Amino acid sequence: MYVAVKGGEAAIDNAHAWLAEERRGDPGTAELSVAQIREQLALAVNRVMAEGSLYDADLAALAIKQARGDLIEAIFLIRAYRTTLPRFGGSKPVETDKMACDRRVSATFKDAPGGQVLGPTFDYTHRLLDFKLMADGAVPDATHADALAQDTPHIMGFLDREDLIQPEPAGDDTPPDLTRTPLELPADRALRLQSLTRADEGFILGMAYSTQRGYARNHAFVAELRIGTVAVEMDIPELGFAIEIGEITLTECETVNQFKGSKTEPPQFTRGYGLVFGMTERKAISMALVDRALRWKELGEDDLGAPAQDEEFVLYHADNIQATGFLEHIKLPHYVDFQSELELIRKLRREAQSTHEAAE
Amino acid sequence: MTEYNFAYLDEQTKRMIRRAILKGLAIPGYQVPFASREMPMPYGWGTGGVQVSAAVLTPDDTLKVIDQGADDTTNAISIRRFFEKTAGVAVTEATSDASVIQTRHRIPEEPLRDDQILVYQVPIPEPLRFLEPSEVETRKMHSLEEYGLMHVKLYEDISQHGAIATAYAYPVKVEGRYVMDPSPIPKFDNPKLEMAAIQLFGAGREQRIYAIPPYTQVVSLDFDDYPFEATKADHACDLCGAEDSYLDELIVDDAGARMFMCSDTDYCAKRRAQGHVGAQAAEDAA
Repeated sequence: MYVAVKGGEAAIDNAHAWLAEERRGDPGTAELSVAQIREQLALAVNRVMAEGSLYDADLAALAIKQARGDLIEAIFLIRAYRTTLPRFGGSKPVETDKMACDRRVSATFKDAPGGQVLGPTFDYTHRLLDFKLMADGAVPDATHADALAQDTPHIMGFLDREDLIQPEPAGDDTPPDLTRTPLELPADRALRLQSLTRADEGFILGMAYSTQRGYARNHAFVAELRIGTVAVEMDIPELGFAIEIGEITLTECETVNQFKGSKTEPPQFTRGYGLVFGMTERKAISMALVDRALRWKELGEDDLGAPAQDEEFVLYHADNIQATGFLEHIKLPHYVDFQSELELIRKLRREAQSTHEAAE
Repeated sequence: MTEYNFAYLDEQTKRMIRRAILKGLAIPGYQVPFASREMPMPYGWGTGGVQVSAAVLTPDDTLKVIDQGADDTTNAISIRRFFEKTAGVAVTEATSDASVIQTRHRIPEEPLRDDQILVYQVPIPEPLRFLEPSEVETRKMHSLEEYGLMHVKLYEDISQHGAIATAYAYPVKVEGRYVMDPSPIPKFDNPKLEMAAIQLFGAGREQRIYAIPPYTQVVSLDFDDYPFEATKADHACDLCGAEDSYLDELIVDDAGARMFMCSDTDYCAKRRAQGHVGAQAAEDAA
């Protein structure tokens, strides 16, 4: 006699025990510490912090370890943890013009106050496997220079002064919080940027790339890309003034895009903006391009029907935790639905056949 | 698991979800946006249902979780364990003993009572989604009660296939106003949507909650000359002999022989305990 499949509970426990063994790998090799991941896989840690929307390098490193290096799984762990944390309030806007820059490059001016600072970049490395790293990780000391005494001004500020670039409306409004209110469209720019900064790097990269290849092309110059640390300040009501609650590393990208103008308005450049946790410059540049493409309506451009212009398309599909969950849920049993389709298709085929036979 | 609040979510979040539920009950079939939280299970795996259950559960409740009608499917087990751990509530497999039932893809065979709540996991809450991909457009269509597109789709089915070619997630109209997706239940279950229990629908990824209050009119869309028909496999359960229950079809040998058994495992087990015998059990006894 057929006995219904049981034992799901034991199967789940056994699967997870096996997973834990696989995560550890060969016990003969040394175990990775969270500190090793934090220090030596820092860009993975940065991505997990950015897309997990939680600035905590140790937790991100722990998530990477637990997720066996699957970064989307690690981001998921961080998001699920983050959502349990209380929200105390909003910080003051971070002052990126006071950023202590590790890296600062401009593609629009050969030199500007603050200078071009390459910083720790993969740019101009030759992508040759360094077999020495298989044996020995020792590195020679890099040369040191003193930090700049003064702040590094934004390149955009120089274009602003000449009115060459479209101004942004300033506002003291607290921006909406995507994690506390449901996304409703149309979204304002603050909400779009919030969504983009935690969006999947690969998705945003693909969207940005599509604009470069002509799907709503809007040629972007990187006016400035800067990476460094900024202070986070928060007003404390009990104190009556703002105090610094910490310091975070950010990547900021500002692009100068094609100008617009009309018979009444002289032409002006337009801008795109990217700001992402950690050292995440591919993401920040991509974000700036997608931000710019999404601004077609406010800038009076035509809807070219390009994916990167479609706010609903971009914002509804950019979150990798939503996407991967829904994609992978098709592994779950669907036998009830499939059964109903089986019956339907058998019935339709029966009817089609009998009509066919009757006609003969 | 004391480091988390009762039923995992914090009280502020539960309050937000309860407001959405109340609004949903006040406007039957209307999709209420809510600030869905990231849960410790993936989107698409029941996060909407889990949040709704978390918001309605009290320490005195008894919870039942089913997936495909069965209590022992892996994801049902996983969700049941989650609430055992985070809420410490009593759990059961018996439909009649449960005060809250979370389900995916089925409505239990046993009629529910007015002291029970049925919580559905919903993947795509928008019944018009595959006719119109834009949420902005579909919300407009609902507010204008503009459902012509749906009728055209059903009509095209009939002209192409001779029948309405929707077997599950069959659209319904609630209390004469909103067209609603009943979640991917087989259309066999549609007539049960008019029931004594409160029905709550949670779509986590899509951030929507909707509801059917007790004894609300729920009509499956159809045409006078092509009336709605609830269908199931034309068999009886091979284990308990039930002829009125929805059946799973199993392939039992390499030659592709089939057997049929109740998808509702509790219903089937109860019937067998009462002495009902299906074709296969009778064969084995002989």
